[in-house]
Amino acid sequence: MAKKLTVSASPHVRSNETTTGIMLDVIIALVPALVMSVVYFGLRALLLTAVTVCSAVLAEYVSRKVMKRSGTLGDLSAVVTGIILAFNLPSTLPFWMAAIGSVVAIVVVKQMFGGIGQNFVNPAMTARIILMVSFPTAMAQWVAPFTNSWDAVTTATPMATLASVQGGDVSAVASELPSLAEMLLGRHGGSMGEVCSIALICGGIYLILRKVISPVIPLTFIGTVAVCMLVAGGGNLEFVAYQLLGGGLMLGAFFMATDYATSPINTKGKIVFGIGCGLITSVIRIFGALPEGVSFSIILMNILVPHIENMTRPKPFGAVKEKKEKKEAKA
Amino acid sequence: MSKKAPGVLTAVRRGRGGVSVSHNKNTAEMPVERMPVPSKVVLPMQQHIGAPCSPIVKVGDIVGVGQKIGDTDKFVSAPIHSSVSGTVVAVGDVKLANGVITKGVTIESDGEMRLYEGIRPPVVTNKAELCAAVRESGLVGLGGAGFPTHVKLNIPEDKEIDTLIINAAECEPYITVDYRECVENAENVLKGVEILKKILGFKQVIIAIEDNKPKVFEIMKEIADRDNDKDDAIKLMTLRSRYPQGAEKMMVLSATGRKVPPGKLPSDVGCVVMNVASTAFIARYLETGKPLVSRSVTVDGGAIKEPKNLRVPIGTNIQDIIDFCGGFSSEPRKLISGGPMMGLAICSTDAPICKQNNAILAFDDRKDLIKKERDCIRCGRCVDVCPMSLMPTLIERYARVKDAQKLQDVNVMVCMECGSCAYSCPSGRPLVQYMRLAKQVLREESGK
Repeated sequence: MAKKLTVSASPHVRSNETTTGIMLDVIIALVPALVMSVVYFGLRALLLTAVTVCSAVLAEYVSRKVMKRSGTLGDLSAVVTGIILAFNLPSTLPFWMAAIGSVVAIVVVKQMFGGIGQNFVNPAMTARIILMVSFPTAMAQWVAPFTNSWDAVTTATPMATLASVQGGDVSAVASELPSLAEMLLGRHGGSMGEVCSIALICGGIYLILRKVISPVIPLTFIGTVAVCMLVAGGGNLEFVAYQLLGGGLMLGAFFMATDYATSPINTKGKIVFGIGCGLITSVIRIFGALPEGVSFSIILMNILVPHIENMTRPKPFGAVKEKKEKKEAKA
Repeated sequence: MSKKAPGVLTAVRRGRGGVSVSHNKNTAEMPVERMPVPSKVVLPMQQHIGAPCSPIVKVGDIVGVGQKIGDTDKFVSAPIHSSVSGTVVAVGDVKLANGVITKGVTIESDGEMRLYEGIRPPVVTNKAELCAAVRESGLVGLGGAGFPTHVKLNIPEDKEIDTLIINAAECEPYITVDYRECVENAENVLKGVEILKKILGFKQVIIAIEDNKPKVFEIMKEIADRDNDKDDAIKLMTLRSRYPQGAEKMMVLSATGRKVPPGKLPSDVGCVVMNVASTAFIARYLETGKPLVSRSVTVDGGAIKEPKNLRVPIGTNIQDIIDFCGGFSSEPRKLISGGPMMGLAICSTDAPICKQNNAILAFDDRKDLIKKERDCIRCGRCVDVCPMSLMPTLIERYARVKDAQKLQDVNVMVCMECGSCAYSCPSGRPLVQYMRLAKQVLREESGK
């Protein structure tokens, strides 16, 4: 035999799923929301996305080079981080600030902790929070859809309006709020990628159907917020609907809380994680000084992931039964 | 199953775990051909799990087919018999397909296949006699693990067993020898079932077949209905074709709904699982007294010119077998002894076929599916597919730093190395390799 035989550990066949394929699916799932943000906020939304993506990719390339590690641009994860970061920014944000966000996300949060899969908090979410505390004014320049993003006619987000509502009585502020249909379609102020709930839901369903994400976290997250808001709003369903469609809930629940690196890998852990995210979001929205709590809830739960995983570790095959039998024997 | 025929059981839904691997049962409709007598056979003294045998013949001895040439007084072991008639030409070190060097006996064949004159059908009326006879036959689990069958059948008196499960799942891709056994020797399989049922006193027998083999189901059903099964204790069951359906613990769960606890055996939950070819062999052995001297092997894979199912004498050189299949159609880059999910990559064709080898697969470059290895992205696919409910990615992390305490906590010893985790890993991580490393770390730790 001229060539040598490969000897490696079993299995000798592998599925054709790859990291790059998974990231590509996430990018595809983000496209509808990106298109809608361009529709609402104009070409500047697209340019802002281009800036975050390019700076994220560049930051990834340079940091890997400086750390003398293998190049990882091929896995497309930096592109995903860039797009998701852009989605979390107001379309009016100066480009240089957006670029700082990308560098923070990739270099500080991701690569300094070992690269893909090793970061303990969501890079895009952390970058958004850092930008929020660094540039509070610029990060709150919400423009109304269909107005020129370059001269920023600012508007209040529905979340800010809802924060003033007492006991879920939406009718008191009805004149200041967009209709529920407009909420669903995204015709209201907010971060460029979070406004169009329906596009985000479609993207999320695509990811679930492609088995890229499990539906557990989005369902428990959104479900918990719904239950909390139902209680807080005294049973007012309209109030619940506004709460679910407003703010970054859909973007957070489908695309950010499901981030592989920063969410539990076991189903039980995912349930705990989703409920935790929902509870913290609701508490911030109802009692907090901030109108919106999705980013903080996800970051806080990210930090707890190792503990959640430890506490919810699945019992190995057959072990559960053994325990039951012991209990039965005692009884 | 919409219409439930008598004698047919519905499988217990197993829930999560496992992977859908493409079946590639290319050789399913190829009858088992008898391979011509090889010019020489090499018989390693260890072709089973347990203690190795010692040679009991010396150079120059004339042996017949079925003559015992290696044995030991250890319990967990199985004797080795000559698979050809001829002259012993060497007793000493031989090299196995995986590169391991072990004791072995080389016999030059005289081409006559003269049966050893000492062969007599054993008389079996009770469990002790059955176990003794099965031990003398040299039978080991023919499904691939190679566990001595007499040990499995020798169930301690304090364990209550009620169910015999005949494993005809054959969930590994490519391999079709068990399928052929069912199609060609269904009568023998059912005879074996009858014998085991009568002597070991099983209340029910479940013949479990994956749902991609409807033909086997029909054949078995016909014979079972015809004569053997008057008290309707033999049940047929179709299982979802999902790897690793044929794994013992999965099989017990699907067939009976019982879960074998970690570190325990199927007999702890009242079950015995037998491979279908092993069962048929017992029936044949009790009739003829001819020990295990040949076995069926699937020869397939992209680099084999004419894929075949073959009946080969144990100890036949792998290269001879490949040559009989027309040789290689393209440059082979990976040779596997066994199936692609759990089989062993071998480094040379100049090695003998052993009792537990159910397939020889050869792949060329295109099929050499080593995925590019990237960092773990914690996607959790390995956790979702693990049939044993383990967390392979965590085990990998602890194995890399050799943290014995943590490895104990994550129950790595429960792993059966089915390969579902590594198969589904999008980052192409060699998880099974890490599972083995982890077990080694624990073994060393407990040895201290």
